[in-house]
Amino acid sequence: MAILLSSNAQWVLVSTFLLGIAAGLIGTLSYWKQQSLMSDALAHAALPGIVLAFIVLREKNLLVLIIGATISGLIGAFCIQWIRSFSRIKDDAAMGMILSVFFGLGIMLLTIANRLPGGNQSGLESFIFGQAAAMVKQDVYIMSLLALVVILAVVLLFKEWKLLLFDPAFGQGLGLPIRFLNGFYTVLLVLAVVIGLQAVGVILIAALLIIPPVSARYWTHSFKGMLVLSALFGGFSGAVGTLISAMGSGWPTGPFIIVTAACLFLTSLIFGLEKGLLVQYLLHRRQKRSVSPKPIPPDWGMPPKVREG
Amino acid sequence: MSYTAWILLTASLVGLTCGLVGTLLILRRMAMMADAISHTVLLGIVIAFLATRSLHGIHMLVGAALAGLLTAFLVQWLHARGVREDASMGVVFTTLFAIGVILIATQVGNAHLDVEHALMGEIIFIPFNVTQLPVVGEVPLATLTLLIVTILVIALILLFYKEWKITSFDPALAASLGIPVGLMHYLFMTMVSVTAVASFDAVGAIMVVAMLITPAAAAYLWTDQLRIMFVLSGLFGVLAAFIGYYTAVWLDTSVSGSMAFATGLIFLVSILLSPKYGLLGKRLRPAQGEVK
Repeated sequence: MAILLSSNAQWVLVSTFLLGIAAGLIGTLSYWKQQSLMSDALAHAALPGIVLAFIVLREKNLLVLIIGATISGLIGAFCIQWIRSFSRIKDDAAMGMILSVFFGLGIMLLTIANRLPGGNQSGLESFIFGQAAAMVKQDVYIMSLLALVVILAVVLLFKEWKLLLFDPAFGQGLGLPIRFLNGFYTVLLVLAVVIGLQAVGVILIAALLIIPPVSARYWTHSFKGMLVLSALFGGFSGAVGTLISAMGSGWPTGPFIIVTAACLFLTSLIFGLEKGLLVQYLLHRRQKRSVSPKPIPPDWGMPPKVREG
Repeated sequence: MSYTAWILLTASLVGLTCGLVGTLLILRRMAMMADAISHTVLLGIVIAFLATRSLHGIHMLVGAALAGLLTAFLVQWLHARGVREDASMGVVFTTLFAIGVILIATQVGNAHLDVEHALMGEIIFIPFNVTQLPVVGEVPLATLTLLIVTILVIALILLFYKEWKITSFDPALAASLGIPVGLMHYLFMTMVSVTAVASFDAVGAIMVVAMLITPAAAAYLWTDQLRIMFVLSGLFGVLAAFIGYYTAVWLDTSVSGSMAFATGLIFLVSILLSPKYGLLGKRLRPAQGEVK
């Protein structure tokens, strides 16, 4: 448990906890926007930005890398939008293309960056699967701060998000700046994705935005309840996954966080109060029991006879 | 054959197979399913590796095919239980991928299988791992696997050409004609997984998505005919392989990365210049109404 002994250990835990909360919150918004896989595309699209920022600066300054990642993620989002609206290529194909082509560009640049003097020790690879242990104090502060910004933005604008997601026409009628809110949502989404890159990694950060809301959905029907639960699930996965990955040397953080989230999902799928498998099974059985003792009428399924007289 | 020739041949085979399979992916609107399967194939490979301690041979294909089918099945199963399809895809493939990465990081350790190889492919090492064939002599193992898979894919497409066409464009009609739509779906998922694993050595788990989707999407902008789309998409895949290889040599960088990037360039040219659906084509024919 090296991570617990080191000086900034608790801080790393706090930051992955906050990251999980932020991801769970913004993930709920994208769940209802029906854009779950968008975060996956954005995360992959952020890779070239990270590497380019490193090549230009020649040092691993997390803030600059995050700015690079944000710009490149936003370019990716713009490209998806552009392909979707100006050609007959569908949504999913556009996302798949941007995701893989940007990732390819990122890998090209990464190979070049590794050849630069000092590039080999840069630890840029840790961005692919996430390495929370590689974070220094400054990284932790930046990450926690940005996660707090995302959390506050979702919580403070709760009413606005609700209107935007469920009745944008009504919101427009109330004078809500829908276009601005949509843009702001994309910025928050990209932000939540890029701050998670160092801890969870390019490939799996999307899962931290996708899995908690889907799990929360099994417990509640209310939007507010879903936000709270999803945030809790995300935060729990972030913290516990970080702890587990700290038990082995060189174990990547991202996969453990995601597997923790997946365990929560499985629990919700089975025991969840709304549409959980167990509840559904019990309901089904009770219904069968309440129905089956009655004798089935002999003309079951026949058209009702017209009574004469 | 020389070293370069083997690499180019391998890369072209990747481009060709992926282009052909990708055409059906685009038409069936299952592009993100390719992303999901290419990730979970990793788990199949790791488990096959743990079981046999070897990275080559038929069990890799079987493991990958099973992992792909498992993905398709789980996504379908969750979807049937009320989870939206994209969300259930996101849950399933990331979880299986994470399990695969954990297995690599904890079990396989520094063996022949490492995470970076799995992600980026090692096309430059392919010519070193050869096997002896009766007539042609020494052939790289990965190239041979790819060749077999390519032939298999072409055979399956030609054999069921009509069925693919009907199930892709009008599944309801296909079902009413008595074509087993569900079976075709899972056969197709198997094809995608086997293609992904055969290309795995060459381009890795993520760049194979670029090879699968992008050439086909580019071809989709040039034609309305399925036959031409197949041919074009395969050609674009091969073209991307050549452009990618020479770019990589020129810049001294990752071959698989620049192959993926080259598919993006081909798509960009297509979306700009295609006479019918490209931006330029639309600009030149302003008089015609917008037809979707």
